[in-house]
Amino acid sequence: MDRVGIEERAATLGRRSIKTTAKQQGIRMAVSMVDLTTLEGSDTPGKVRHLCAKAVCPAPAMPEIPSVAAVCVYPSLVGVAREALDGTGVKAASVATAFPSGQASLDVKLRDTEEAVAAGAEEIDMVISREAFLAGDDARVMEEIVRVKDVCGDAHLKVIIETAELGSYDHVRHASMLAMEAGADFIKTSTGKASSGATPGVVLVMLEAIRDYVDRTGRIVGMKAAGGVSTSKAALHRLVLVKETLGDEWLTNERFRIGASSLLNDLLMQYQKTETGHYARPEDFSKE
Amino acid sequence: MATQEQRTSITWDYAPAPESPDHVRLRDSYGLFIDGEFVDPVDGTRVPSINPATEETVAEVAFAGSEDVARAVRSARAAQPGWAALSGLERGKYLFRVARLIQERARELAVVESMDGGKPIRESRDVDVPLAAAHFFHYAGWADKLSYGMGGRPVEPLGVAGQIVPWNFPLLMAAWKLAPALACGNTAVLKPAETTPVTALLLAEILQEAELPPGVVSIIPGDGSAGATLVREPDIDKVAFTGSTAVGKNIQAALAGRRIPVTLELGGKSANIVFEDAALDQAVEGIVNGIFFNQGHVCCAGSRLLIQESVADTVVSKLWSRMGRLRVGDPLDKNTDVGAINSREQLERIESLVASGEEEGAVRRTVACELPDRGFWFAPTIFTDVAPAHRIAAEEIFGPVVSVLTFRTQAEAIEKANSTPYGLAAGIWTDKGSKAFEVANALQAGVVWQNTYNKFDPSAAFGGYKESGFGREGGMSGLRPYLKVAS
Repeated sequence: MDRVGIEERAATLGRRSIKTTAKQQGIRMAVSMVDLTTLEGSDTPGKVRHLCAKAVCPAPAMPEIPSVAAVCVYPSLVGVAREALDGTGVKAASVATAFPSGQASLDVKLRDTEEAVAAGAEEIDMVISREAFLAGDDARVMEEIVRVKDVCGDAHLKVIIETAELGSYDHVRHASMLAMEAGADFIKTSTGKASSGATPGVVLVMLEAIRDYVDRTGRIVGMKAAGGVSTSKAALHRLVLVKETLGDEWLTNERFRIGASSLLNDLLMQYQKTETGHYARPEDFSKE
Repeated sequence: MATQEQRTSITWDYAPAPESPDHVRLRDSYGLFIDGEFVDPVDGTRVPSINPATEETVAEVAFAGSEDVARAVRSARAAQPGWAALSGLERGKYLFRVARLIQERARELAVVESMDGGKPIRESRDVDVPLAAAHFFHYAGWADKLSYGMGGRPVEPLGVAGQIVPWNFPLLMAAWKLAPALACGNTAVLKPAETTPVTALLLAEILQEAELPPGVVSIIPGDGSAGATLVREPDIDKVAFTGSTAVGKNIQAALAGRRIPVTLELGGKSANIVFEDAALDQAVEGIVNGIFFNQGHVCCAGSRLLIQESVADTVVSKLWSRMGRLRVGDPLDKNTDVGAINSREQLERIESLVASGEEEGAVRRTVACELPDRGFWFAPTIFTDVAPAHRIAAEEIFGPVVSVLTFRTQAEAIEKANSTPYGLAAGIWTDKGSKAFEVANALQAGVVWQNTYNKFDPSAAFGGYKESGFGREGGMSGLRPYLKVAS
């Protein structure tokens, strides 16, 4: 991995000009890929229900805007989310495995996951043990993923490698490969709790890792960019990276997600601007 | 609300994003720029300059005959003492002014450069025009420090410089030639290329606006005969030429017996060497940038790709899949990666060399992309199973065509890279610093890029070994060819 080359390529793709119909389409697509997320100590059932309503119908005044892909919460609230989302097509996702630090025993991580699945989580966002990874214990990193995948059952497993804590693009690629080898359905950049998240360079490296893994094994793996993608421009940039690295067939929420909370309203505002020619007030869109 | 089915059936293509040419104020017809004015050519010749993407006329341009060339040289001679007598600081002020005016008119210059030459607006906007301004800025700073740059020895300008530039980077090459010449106190007669004279004439307008004293720069478009006349003018003191090796040899022959310093920047068949320990995905980007930048119309293009055998299949397969994502088409579209071939003549040359590659048994793959009906186009092409003896491995194609050769060891890579009459540039891709420096020292090439390709900076010297020419342009080294230095 060459840092200069990676960042140059990622920046070049950020200069693609996305206008008019391509912009509208891109924004609708980005909305459909959002994992609308709340991961605060202050989350309550009420807050999660409000978020679910927004997830199902982000903009009542613009019926062409699709639902988001999923709502992502802590395990204790996933039951509430599942109930609120029942029958809507929007998935209930839960973080697990001692999110965000992952500093707990494997038993605790497995219990955490089991409870989330039992409460109705259709998708699990686990964290890798950065402690094991940085100590060079690849076997333990993989074993944890394999065991968590076992208890997931039918739930889709997204593996968070927390790129900001890995220290280099070589590590990002290596961790991505470990996660895929161990059975991840998605690989995901970040918890959103670290100093940086889904930077263009990191996303590019992970997409290239997926491309090479899929070429070699034929097994499809998805990608979730989370952390730091808070504007429409940033979201469209990530979609350009996907399109020009993996191709159009990855431009679906079955294979690409964006984990975000504040992004959704910016997407709605930018979309409305393409329709009306002027920006709406932030208060025209509900916060949740 | 959209259903799940509708959502997943979305396909996404970038809508056309053309840079509008509406703000461009081109005249229908341009005269020769001599003695600070646009004037009619003596024999009245005016030739349309063609947009290679549409085959429409961009503007009509006067072509210089021999009397016009002589007139331009007389005007440069008359202006030279006054220009040299200005303090370096004063000359620098003019150059700074030119640099700022280029920046002010950057958008217009970029659009016209793409219309006249076929290169993608992404490149003219992000590379050609900003670098042209940067060269004027760089040499503006040198104008009052010339002696310092020559180790403290007294310096004098040479006098009148005859300068001939090619069609691949019309404005940028004009800047490369003019900025150091003027900084050193020379005056110049510049002949732009036959197929791409228009941005040089916009530069002439900028020189007028900067109130550069009349005669310090004359810009006289014309065909090869005007260039031949210019280098044979008795009253010039310096020749600087960028273009083909064949023409460079003619110029040297024409100047035989005259004590005239010459700078020649000629063709190349530069080796881009990928070692097995390289960051392969980034190497692929560098290969793409090395050969498809400006449709491969680049003298230092990485047209001979040397890949270590152990990774050759992987690199070729990654490269081929990357080539499929290149966006070929309208040069004015901001998302275009590869634009139009500069002229019908160049297209025919590319086609004939590619045909020779197929006849000699190399395996050709060309990207299947839709090309516009009008204009001159050639889709990105890769040749594998190339032997060093093939014409496509030895001759400069000057188009979007890369020839892949393999090697087994570092020694073989060096030997193959150097086994060419040319020696302009090279690329090295490896994660090992020691190897990169060892190989770079062994390569006979004026520029060696390490883990990158086609990077230019006004402070870096550029020039060739062997039949790629001699003399250096850029940076402090670029001053020397325009100065008499006391010993």
